[in-house]
Amino acid sequence: MVFEKGASSLKSVKAIETGKVAGTNNLATERKFSVLVVDDDAIIRKIHSKLLSKFPVEIQVAVNGKEAVDLYRSGAFFDLVLMDMEMPIMNGFEATKELRALGLKSLIVGVTARSSDSEKKAFMEAGLNDCHAKPLTSEMVKSLLQELNKNN
Amino acid sequence: MDGVVQLQKQLVDYTASLFHEGFLDEQFNQLQQLQDESNPDFVVEVVSLFFEDSERLLNELGKTLEQKTVDFKKVDAHVHQLKGSSSSIGAQRVQKLCIAFRNCCEELNTEGCLKCLQQVKHEYSLVKNKLETLFKLEQQTIAAGGSIPTL
Repeated sequence: MVFEKGASSLKSVKAIETGKVAGTNNLATERKFSVLVVDDDAIIRKIHSKLLSKFPVEIQVAVNGKEAVDLYRSGAFFDLVLMDMEMPIMNGFEATKELRALGLKSLIVGVTARSSDSEKKAFMEAGLNDCHAKPLTSEMVKSLLQELNKNN
Repeated sequence: MDGVVQLQKQLVDYTASLFHEGFLDEQFNQLQQLQDESNPDFVVEVVSLFFEDSERLLNELGKTLEQKTVDFKKVDAHVHQLKGSSSSIGAQRVQKLCIAFRNCCEELNTEGCLKCLQQVKHEYSLVKNKLETLFKLEQQTIAAGGSIPTL
């Protein structure tokens, strides 16, 4: 799947959200990218899910870091994780550290309302690939998915 | 068809004024662009979440600031959340006031915080009104057979 810059064909690809479990053996179609949105804010979850739904990706959500880690532990796989920093029970920093310790090598992108350079840097130390201010824009999401495409 | 054209013009003008007067910023535009046929009520849904969130937070803020010993950490946490959600929907004026509010928290200034709370409550009710009017105009336009023009 090639994502071209500004391709309007992207818009015509309907996002098919399937209930397929990772590892399904439908060999006829390419495996869709799986994205995990981790945020305790329902508004952000809704906006980011909507942004992602414009692309052919599978979307999962977690309302805090612990849920994200539990999901991964239970066998779910994600190509991309959008990780909020401030969440109850387990925050983004802890969750990122934990996911890396558990062996997740996929792209983890921090998404934070705390956008001072030093705060972003501190969050990155947990093992993020990158960190952006929230909410993400559609341009940002497009470039993240393009990066995924390149790496695969 | 005249009526529809009039309504559409009213809608465009009203929306433009909200941006002009700084009630809404680019983020609101982003939300409108996300809306499509698969989810034609997306913007209303997100804004409704914002209303619910904000009212809960403003309530909590009032209670927290009334305590004998004010827990400024708690106040700051609530304001941070409110700042986040207002920025997510593009409610620029509310977001800006939250920034000032957090400064008062840092200074452990109860009086200042109470003043900020009043201001935020006021701005919030203004933008709530504006958005509800906007949605009504949209509904009327659609009911008259028109479509929501994209700015």
